[in-house]
Amino acid sequence: MTDIRIEVTGLRKSFGELNVLRGIDFTTPRGTSTVLLGPSGSGKTTLLRSLNVLDTPDSGIVRIDDVSVDFSALPAGKAGRAEGQRLRAQSGMVFQSHNLFPHRTVLENLTEGPVVAQKRPVDEVMGEARVLLDQVGLADKADSYPYQLSGGQQQRVGIARALALKPRVVLFDEPTSALDPELVGEVLAVIKDLASQGWTTVIVTHEIRFAEKVADQVLFLDGGVIVESGPPAQVIAEPREERTQRFLRRVLDHG
Amino acid sequence: MRGISQKYFKADVSVEDGGAADLSQGRGPRGTWDILRSTAWPMFVGLVKVTIPLTALSFAIGLALALLVALARISPYRVLSGLARAFISVIRGTPLLLQLFIVFYGLPQIGLKFPPFTAAVVAFSLNVAGYAAEVVRSAILSVPRGQFEAAATIGFGYAQTLRRIVLPQAARTAVPPLSNTLLSLLKDTSLGSVVLLTELFRESQLAAAESNEFLALYAFAGLYYWVICVALSAGQKRLETRLNRYVIA
Repeated sequence: MTDIRIEVTGLRKSFGELNVLRGIDFTTPRGTSTVLLGPSGSGKTTLLRSLNVLDTPDSGIVRIDDVSVDFSALPAGKAGRAEGQRLRAQSGMVFQSHNLFPHRTVLENLTEGPVVAQKRPVDEVMGEARVLLDQVGLADKADSYPYQLSGGQQQRVGIARALALKPRVVLFDEPTSALDPELVGEVLAVIKDLASQGWTTVIVTHEIRFAEKVADQVLFLDGGVIVESGPPAQVIAEPREERTQRFLRRVLDHG
Repeated sequence: MRGISQKYFKADVSVEDGGAADLSQGRGPRGTWDILRSTAWPMFVGLVKVTIPLTALSFAIGLALALLVALARISPYRVLSGLARAFISVIRGTPLLLQLFIVFYGLPQIGLKFPPFTAAVVAFSLNVAGYAAEVVRSAILSVPRGQFEAAATIGFGYAQTLRRIVLPQAARTAVPPLSNTLLSLLKDTSLGSVVLLTELFRESQLAAAESNEFLALYAFAGLYYWVICVALSAGQKRLETRLNRYVIA
């Protein structure tokens, strides 16, 4: 039980008539990387956002470490929001378009959550934030504003901001899709680093070659269900399902 | 003739042969400059004691109300947003002078009577709230959705998100139109003269009625307003520079 960091059971979500998630089940062992692959509209981003309760599932259970929320039984109003926030606090989120706070310095972007929301001592948080910036290679940018950084640097700050919360898992929503091609490498290197340091990560990406290298587990989604799952050597190198084969052929042709 | 004059005017204003009456009661003729010089001070007092405090108070209260109205307007609660919408519509759809009259003369009829200055603050801040609410609302909506989401993921609740993430960014968008609102308000307080509030413009009216120096006195009053507006505009520019410091020049 303790070895399983994330446990998702029967997750469903629809936006109006559109059933985006139609019963998702998977588990993620502690310290592993899970990569979600799938065509656009397959539900992979919605699944990731559900883990963070940025999208609220209609039904199903999400457990991250010791916090479990049954969305079918989620109370309405304030109590429900509080439960959602407890689950959300278990994970850090890295967005496709980094979403750094433009009016705060790089360091402040990291310390804002731990100091203001988690109410941890400023000195301790500052020290940790500087270590994290060093880790993503941006120690000298602590006092810069986000606009003064390149896209790759901004995304690395985005990763450091997520880590500063000391989350149980780190979620990545297409972290390199908005970047110029020559900046993709530096961000992927940081994510790979995290995986090797024992962070539990869930990554939505289109970088198949990267997924092959970093993933312990690949989930291929299509039409709101997991079509195929397993280690990359199986799902990416020798996909069994026709839909997976078709998707990989299309993506790799362009890549 | 002399008797009639004494009876109605309490002074002998009868003039032989129908010539011009001397109503100066012995003060002697005064030049335009003399009148300006003697009126400058009461006008300044009206500016400092009424016009400026009225503007500042009404703007501060109006802005606070505007934030609440704007938040109500974008809230998912139908009743709240409906009320906010109705308030904005009424304020923007009726003349300011009429709103002033309602607070001054209408409300006392239902037992809501304020001292003149307070009544003016009530009327002007409600008016500012109606206009500024739309400015604040659009400024809040101009902050990208991702900022709200990022704030949520670092554990911020509604109030923290608003105060620390959204409003500082919305301020950038809101400052230029809110400065307009402030300048308009400063000048609109001159409507207070109609309900006999002795602010800057009322002082100039009083002096003009007495001396007939309309052009000089009103131009002088205009100068006062203009100087304050120039100062406020300079303040706006500094504020904008400050708020833009984290954005590419």
